[in-house]
Amino acid sequence: MTTKEALINYCLRIGDTSLILGQRMSEWCSNGPILEEDIAMTNIALDHIGQARTMLTYAGELEGKGRTEDDFAYKRHEREYFNSLLSERPNGHFGDTVARNFLQSAYFYHLYNALTSSKDLMIAAHAAKSLKEVTYHLRHSAEWVVRLGDGTDESKDKIQTSFDEIWEYTGDLFEMNEVDELLLKEGIAVDQKNIKAVWDKTINEVLDRATLQRPKDAYMHSGRLNAIHSEYLGHLLAEMQFLPRAYPDAKW
Amino acid sequence: MSNNINDNQGDVWEVFVQSKPGLPHKHAGSVHATDKEMALQNARDMYTRRNEGTCIWVVPLDAITSSLPEDSGSFFDPADDKAYRHPTHYVMPEGAKHI
Repeated sequence: MTTKEALINYCLRIGDTSLILGQRMSEWCSNGPILEEDIAMTNIALDHIGQARTMLTYAGELEGKGRTEDDFAYKRHEREYFNSLLSERPNGHFGDTVARNFLQSAYFYHLYNALTSSKDLMIAAHAAKSLKEVTYHLRHSAEWVVRLGDGTDESKDKIQTSFDEIWEYTGDLFEMNEVDELLLKEGIAVDQKNIKAVWDKTINEVLDRATLQRPKDAYMHSGRLNAIHSEYLGHLLAEMQFLPRAYPDAKW
Repeated sequence: MSNNINDNQGDVWEVFVQSKPGLPHKHAGSVHATDKEMALQNARDMYTRRNEGTCIWVVPLDAITSSLPEDSGSFFDPADDKAYRHPTHYVMPEGAKHI
């Protein structure tokens, strides 16, 4: 594997996770529990999609085969996507979304923070810009975790269950393979063990404030690194890719 | 604590946004929220989407006291015909023009 191939894969991991999470958040449009949250969540969706555009465009440039961000987004199938398993989890109820977003945003926050020192200037710049957006995403979801956890008996019950049920998808975030090893040597990637350490701190602080229990680490699903996904991704892509696939010559 | 007993969206907060440092905050609208942190976030999401803002204030509606339309006569009209109260006859010196 060449450095360039590894770098393309690394960009897709970040870009695909942003794209899938953006698509999930866009599903809240007109469905938010209150108007302000509807706008907040669609704003967040746009932030994620914007981040995806940068990384997918860069991947296309590196590849040099003329693939654009649209080609990456609309013409790949599930086994070519490198997003985290967490990002494709369904929205569920508001608490499910809050729990998923909190865990994923905390990951992005620490990842981007570390990547601002990447030797690849494009990734470093992208990380610096995205860090501002993700800081807000983390604040937004963390505050909701606290309010739902330290809320009524019903809200606490529900959000605790939300965390219990998605915990087994968090291990996937921190796995590494030869792509990471290669890019670590070049100073481009970051050690996921370090990310996990600070991620744990953030998660524990907020769960504590929310008077929630951190679920025990038991069986962990795996798949991001090899583009092996849950059944959910197929349905999500079918919806997301329908228009360009049905009307391949459409222009807008 | 809600302004309306049947409303479970939270209280109403008035939002004031400052577009550039040093300028006064301008009233931008209102949001519903259950507490001040949420009010601040909601105001940021609703009212700074397209414009730059440098600062946001959120104030619970109950904290605002407003004059009423029927007061406008006694409150505001008397100042109109008192020319001696306006500094229109005073000439500003050159050096002080940009105070």
